Parts: sequence; structure tokens; C-alpha cells
Amino acid sequence: MWEWGPIRSWVDGLITPYWAAPLLTAVQILMVMIGVILVMAFYTLAERKIIGWMQLRRGPNRVNMFWVPGLAQPFADVVKLLFKEILIPAEANKVLFGVAPFLTLIPALAIWAVIPFAPERTFANIDAGLLFILSMTSIGVYGVILAGWAANSKYAFLGAMRSAAQIVAYEIAMGFAMVGVLMAAGSLNIGAIIEAQHGGAFSWNWFWLLPMLGVYFIAGVAETNRAPFDVAEGESEIVAGFHVDYSGMAFALFFIAEYVNMILISALTVIFFFGGLLSPFDGYLPASSWLAAPGFFWFGLKTLVPMFGFLWLRATFPRYRYDQIMRLGWKALIPVTLVWLAVEGLMVYWHVGPWKGRI
Amino acid sequence: MFVTILFFAYSAVLVAAALGVILARNPVHSALLLVLCFFTSAVIWLLLNAEFLGIVLVLVYVGAVMVLFLFVVMMLDVNIEELRRGIAGYWPFAVAVAGFVVFAIINVIVVQHLGGVTLKVAAPLPAHYSNTRELGIALFTRYAYPSQIAAVILLVASVAAIILTMRRRPGLKSQNVSEQVRVRAKDRLRMVKMTSGKRP
Repeated sequence: MWEWGPIRSWVDGLITPYWAAPLLTAVQILMVMIGVILVMAFYTLAERKIIGWMQLRRGPNRVNMFWVPGLAQPFADVVKLLFKEILIPAEANKVLFGVAPFLTLIPALAIWAVIPFAPERTFANIDAGLLFILSMTSIGVYGVILAGWAANSKYAFLGAMRSAAQIVAYEIAMGFAMVGVLMAAGSLNIGAIIEAQHGGAFSWNWFWLLPMLGVYFIAGVAETNRAPFDVAEGESEIVAGFHVDYSGMAFALFFIAEYVNMILISALTVIFFFGGLLSPFDGYLPASSWLAAPGFFWFGLKTLVPMFGFLWLRATFPRYRYDQIMRLGWKALIPVTLVWLAVEGLMVYWHVGPWKGRI
Repeated sequence: MFVTILFFAYSAVLVAAALGVILARNPVHSALLLVLCFFTSAVIWLLLNAEFLGIVLVLVYVGAVMVLFLFVVMMLDVNIEELRRGIAGYWPFAVAVAGFVVFAIINVIVVQHLGGVTLKVAAPLPAHYSNTRELGIALFTRYAYPSQIAAVILLVASVAAIILTMRRRPGLKSQNVSEQVRVRAKDRLRMVKMTSGKRP
């Protein structure tokens, strides 16, 4: 790479093999985090633009960058939020009030550790990857509950209670949908789950696990507290729900966490049901073709589709009533997954479809 | 070396958090410190190569049980000072329980390994050891029936708890959701054909 002797030898001396691995990992983690945050920033812009177009408006078009109207809007928002004062209510529990935004953001970022970005490129290739994802998503609710409780406000507390009940309810359906995925893959390892789906667009899980895909995505929308399940913030009922007392960057952390979670659910939907890194033409085109090779290109491209789905849902559906959310979660989604688990068990037993030829 | 440092660091946090659970004045703080306890013990399990157990501990206890626990603790208006009054009177009982626990631990560690120094060190794990896979094999082959029976007992317990707490109060105005869901447009909406007026 670069050849200037003294500095090179000095750096080589610093980066002994003992230090090299942690340092490289740290740099890579930083790259992924910055990448995710940048995607999140432009995702907020995309949301406002797309919903604007759906509602026959223009969306943000004042802050231009590279002659594209509105492209710099996310940065303008960041600057605005950075300069706003962070207000702490006088009767609030100050420590927990400060900790809560981080408790939502940290699990959202931690899950990216087990996501493969390219073949053999994942931070932690652990055997219980699926369980790690499930446990981290379930921790995210603490930030919401604590934010609602610590603010010492009735609106915030109502939002927190709603969110807690909703997330606990939908987690069960989500977990069952994941059980379907792991039955199809025969492993909890994310890499193995992707590898089990190889062979083109019709051997991905979505075809045999279509009900699971529906349940997973709906539960994902509910877990991220997005419309039409956004009763936790419900502007028309409880002002802004759990983050009503947050301002400035403290609010921005909740905002970032919500959008990172949306991107994450989209990425996970792709990994579990649409083959993750795999190419849709795998098996249809000659293996030497770049179109048939798995890679980040396909992963990113496929992830955009569920991401658009989130925005589409928000622009289209009115908010659910709270009791109907509970009804949908417990009485519709969980039975669907249970029935399909039984069907899948029979398919495994008789070696139908993707289980043909497997023991 | 690094693992040993991590072990002692997390153990210190675990002990401190466990003390905090019983010493904190605010019940919400106690619940949160208990969450921290679960986390640190999960990390210690991870250090012992028991990744499945560690992650499941976080998933079940932190992700589900403690959320509901916190939910209840936040809703209840517990006056902790009133509860603490007279707690000093229980000290003989507390000492007895603590003494028994300490005695049991010492019995296991010291008496059963005479001299107290022959603590067995576990055999080194094979290179491609997967805790998740081993546990899965054990649960689905050797311990298939015990785990099934345990699951059924848990199911019965949860059904019983639901039955015990479910009661219908008379005179309660609630919506019949399935009726609301079944409503079709023609039940509520009547389309009327009208001749339109002249455009202004």
C-alpha cells in the first residue's frame, strides 16, 4: 500500500498481532455503524418524499445538495436537533431519563453484529445467531418503558404501557415465525439460514413459508412501533407517547433507533425469507456470471423493498385501535404461525418441496 | 488472562447489582438492577462457552419476564417506607437462611473435595464445540420426555393462571370486537343516487 519507511515501521510496531484484530474490528464496526446511520438519514428523507408523492405533495424541497431538491434535508435536521436544548422535566427521574434513549439505540445497533454483509463477512458468526437477534429486539422495549416512566408524565407513561404490552404480544408471533425459518434451515446460524435457501428466487423461503413471511413482517412493523401500529406515540391520543418530554438530540436518539430498527427488520426479512445475500438468478444463469454470485449488491437491493413497504404502510393505513392490535396479535397471527408450523412439520416429515432429499 | 479479567469484572458488577436489588429504595430501580444481574450472569455464561444458555437467559428473563415485572412494579404504588418498617425484626430468620445457603455452598466446594483445593477443572472443549448443537441434541434425544413434560406442566400452569384471573364483571360496557370486524360496508352505508346540481 504505502511505503514511507519510518511511519510504516512505527505502525507495524504498534499493530502487533495481539492488537491488530481488535483494532481492525473496531474500525469495521465504526464503518458499519456510520453506514447504517447514513442509510437511516436518507431513509427519513425518502419517507418524507415518498409519502409526499403518495399524497400528491412535493415533500422536502428547500435544502438542496448537488442540485437535487431536498437532498440535504437530513443534515439540516441533524444540525437543528443538535442546537436545540435538551429539557429535563423537574420531577423526572434524571438518571433513567438520560439512559433511556441509549437503551433503545444500543440493541438496535448491536444486532448488526450477526448480519452477514457479504459471504463470510460477519462480525460474530455465532451458532445461536437467530436467538441473539430475538433477544436483542426484545431488549429494545426497555428504553421505551423507561422513557415513559422516567419522564413522570401521564401521556408518556400511557405510551410506554401500550408499547410494552404490544411488543411482548408481537414478539411471540415473531418468534414462532422464526421457528418456521429455523425448521427450514435446520440451524440457528444466520449464514446457514442463508445457505439453506440457495438455488434461485423460487427456492427462497418466501414460497414455502408465505404465511410466516406475512406474520413476520406484520410483527416487525408492530415491534418497531410504526404506523399502523404506532399507538405508543399516537399523536391524536397521547400527544407523542413515550418521548413526549424529550427534545433535541435525546429525541433524535429515539428517532434514529426507530429508523435503524426499520432497516433492521427489512434486512432480517430479506435474510429469513428472500435469501439474504443470494442472487435471484442463482441456478438460472451460469455460475460464472456476476449476476448469479451472492453479494452485498443483492442484499442491499432486496432490503430496499421491505423498507419501501414500511413507508407504503404508513401512507396507506389508518392507525389501529388498541384492542384490535391485541386481537390481531394474539388471535390472528399466533394461530396462523402455529398452523403453519404443523403444516411445515408434515412437509419435513414427508420430504416435500425444499426438504426433498434432506434427512 | 483477558477472559479472567472479564470474569472478575462482570462478577463484581453482578455482586454489586445483586446487592443493589435488595438495597435500592425505589422498586423500579430494584427491578432494573435485577435486569443488570441477568445480563452479567449471561455474560459469565458466555465466557464459559455456554452461548445458548446465556442468550436464552437474556431472551426469556430480560426480554419477557422482567418487562412484565417492570410493567407491574411501575403500575403499583408501593410505599417502600411502610414496607420497610419492622423489617429489622426478621434478622434471626435472615441470618438462618443466609447461614444455611453458605453452609450448603461450603459443603459442596470444600467437604466434597477434601482439602478444598481439588476443584475439578472441566476438560478442554473440542475445537468445533457448539453449545447450541449439544444442548439441542441432549434435549431432543436423551431428555425428550422430561422436557416435553416440563413444557406441558408450564402450559397447564399458565392456563390455570388465566382461568383464575379471568372474570366477567356484570354491567361492563365493552365492545364486541368480532362483531365490529364482521361489519361490511352495506350494513352501515347506503349509496344514494342523486341528480347533481348545475356547476356554478
